[in-house]
Amino acid sequence: MSAQPIVNPNHTFPQGKFPRICDYAVIGDCRSAALVSKDGSIDWLCWPRFDSPSIFAALLDRERGGLWKISPISKYSIKRHYLPDTNILQTEFTTESGTAVLTDLMPVRENGSLVPDHEIIRQIECTSGELEIEVLLSPRGNYGDATPKLEQRGRLGLRFCHGRGVYWLRGSESLGVNEHSAILRHQLKSGESLLFSLSYTENAPAILPDISQIRHRMSVCADWWRQWVGAMRYEGEFRDEVVRSALTLKLLTYVLSGAVVAAPTTSLPERIGGSLNWDYRYCWLRDASLTIRAMLELGYLDEAAQFLDWMLHATRLTQPQLRILYTVFGNSAPKEWESKTLRGYENSAPVRIGNAARDQLQLDVYGEVIDAASQYVFHGGNLDHEMQKVLVGFGNYVVKHWDEPDEGLWEPRNGRQNHTHSRLMCWTALDRLVSLAEQGKLKRVKVEEYKRNRDAIQQQICTRAWNENLKSYVSVLDGEDLDASLLLLSWYGFEKPDSPRMQATYEAIRRQLGTRDGLLYRYHVNPPEGTFAICSFWEAEYLALGAGKSDECRKLMKSLFKYQNDIGLYGEEIDAQTGDALGNFPQAFTHIGLIGAALSLDQRVKGEQQLGHRPESAMDEEHQSKVA
Amino acid sequence: MNWSSWILSGFVATVVLSAALATSQGLGFTRMNLPYLIGAVLTHDRDRARLYGFMAHVINGWAFSIIYVLIFETTRNASWWFGLVIGLVHALFVLTIGTMLLPTLHPRMATERHGPTAKRQLEPPGFMALNYGYQTPISVFLSHAAFGAILAALYKLH
Repeated sequence: MSAQPIVNPNHTFPQGKFPRICDYAVIGDCRSAALVSKDGSIDWLCWPRFDSPSIFAALLDRERGGLWKISPISKYSIKRHYLPDTNILQTEFTTESGTAVLTDLMPVRENGSLVPDHEIIRQIECTSGELEIEVLLSPRGNYGDATPKLEQRGRLGLRFCHGRGVYWLRGSESLGVNEHSAILRHQLKSGESLLFSLSYTENAPAILPDISQIRHRMSVCADWWRQWVGAMRYEGEFRDEVVRSALTLKLLTYVLSGAVVAAPTTSLPERIGGSLNWDYRYCWLRDASLTIRAMLELGYLDEAAQFLDWMLHATRLTQPQLRILYTVFGNSAPKEWESKTLRGYENSAPVRIGNAARDQLQLDVYGEVIDAASQYVFHGGNLDHEMQKVLVGFGNYVVKHWDEPDEGLWEPRNGRQNHTHSRLMCWTALDRLVSLAEQGKLKRVKVEEYKRNRDAIQQQICTRAWNENLKSYVSVLDGEDLDASLLLLSWYGFEKPDSPRMQATYEAIRRQLGTRDGLLYRYHVNPPEGTFAICSFWEAEYLALGAGKSDECRKLMKSLFKYQNDIGLYGEEIDAQTGDALGNFPQAFTHIGLIGAALSLDQRVKGEQQLGHRPESAMDEEHQSKVA
Repeated sequence: MNWSSWILSGFVATVVLSAALATSQGLGFTRMNLPYLIGAVLTHDRDRARLYGFMAHVINGWAFSIIYVLIFETTRNASWWFGLVIGLVHALFVLTIGTMLLPTLHPRMATERHGPTAKRQLEPPGFMALNYGYQTPISVFLSHAAFGAILAALYKLH
């Protein structure tokens, strides 16, 4: 093997177009995540947590963001995949002269062993012929603001300091250092490989991994993921898609608290060139019920218990009021600010850090948290005294505030309204608390008061959220617009999916918000944004719950699988014209929707009970007669 | 020598030293973690290393305070400023001779000369422990000065 360290490279950054959002893959270690492009470039990495400042952010600015790229110098084509049942990515580069496979992973921390706290391992191996590889490391700290100075430290490796920590790059070959970037060009022949480890340490002396052990550690990491997947209970017809979604969900679950972040990125645009760019590296309570249901029914009881525990205890500082989003440790998300350095994906400015939605009022989150607890109990979990107290506190808050306007599920920044979805979730909150009390799982519940308020909400939804002219439920009370969250009226047990009102609502939603390709917009907005991926999975699940035939659900799901990227990942939105992903990527919520729809379809096929909200479901005869 | 006074003052000074080092580490001034470094001599399990190291560090600090006390008794001076000066000398020793010898003595520490191996993977401290952060010397000087000053202030000469 021959190495050619280049001290003054002509170029330090690959110029040209941004990769498509769907061209990215994600790797992670349940603490943070990195996005890897099809060119073998790590364009996004925040250490030590998902919401820490970035060290690579070429995702949002090709020149100023920073990256770590490993790829052949000559023209290549690529194929890529995850190693089966893992989050270990393999990208195969094929050039005229040879083929090389790049393996990328973030090792999941091996308990107790002497390994780095945070690490990315990369191996590129020539599998046939020979080819020249370029390795380019160009870190930029704090969202592109800082340019760390790289120091070559002999046999220890290359290091740079930024913020509170130190980064070490160790490799089987040394990189030539050009103060703020490092580069290596290296000829690989068949059977030869290059190995690298980039690690970050904040609170202790760094661990400098021995390169000769890296292959063994890659295999340990693969075993860890496979063992996790092995515990999954789902054996339905969409296993591959469900496994990839579950793996993505696990990757986005912060292991030290159990919180699930919505996505590992910030400011990937919902409209290219537009300003709908938000920071999603936090935990939204509005996803709680769907998330915990996915975890429980896939068989991950520990993850579900940890997530519930996080919701009820980490959010203690604001109880009984709940904020709509939190950091992974339950603190309020940081104030929103705009980066002056990063110019945004495809110049979609601004790049926002933090999230102003933290100050919004969303009454739906109470129903989400309480329904999550209810599902946990349904699957055999117990609520301890402290949890019961917290849940009753939420119930009392809902009794006092359910009739107030709020910002609602979609977090528009144009004021508060009386959202049907928020009322639905307040109804859900009180309904589940009554149910838990009647099962003897919850004490000190003012059952009669809760029932009275629940019925009042129900009455309000049935009268003021129903538009007789449109023959549909509508987004806001006494309104005329639709949004796709109305499909959830059945998910939460408010109304049967095959009731005339739900059928009419579904038809109206499809007519007004649907596309010819089976996708759904979440609501009408001008200029239009992308279609909302989870809404399509809500539709599929609505069909699986009884609104349609199993085959209709199956057909819709298969058509939605066409919009996942080549390795099974979804963003938040799908461009109706091109089918490309839009918004932050990958999106936990979309994958949770996929899992939910697959679970409901599987349960329907097997004739099992769907959605174990409560034994005496709200969809009973008494309720139906009230709705009628 | 006043044994009962040494036991009390040595313990208090060691606790303050440990707390000061842990605080400066927690605030991001340094990555130097003496309990972890000491514990890693005994085990490769990092969680146990922290626990063992903390216990070893407390015992070590306590024992080391005997040297301070012997100096106080010999010079018949146990004023806080004298303790502080001894603490600064102690810190200087740790940062220069100690950090120089550590990679050789520590079974799990990599050396700049040979690089990391399967067994030796801990980052070496470098001169004045600057590898663990540029503010490490300040943190070590301040915490050891506090150690000496508190020990002297609490110790009653025999």
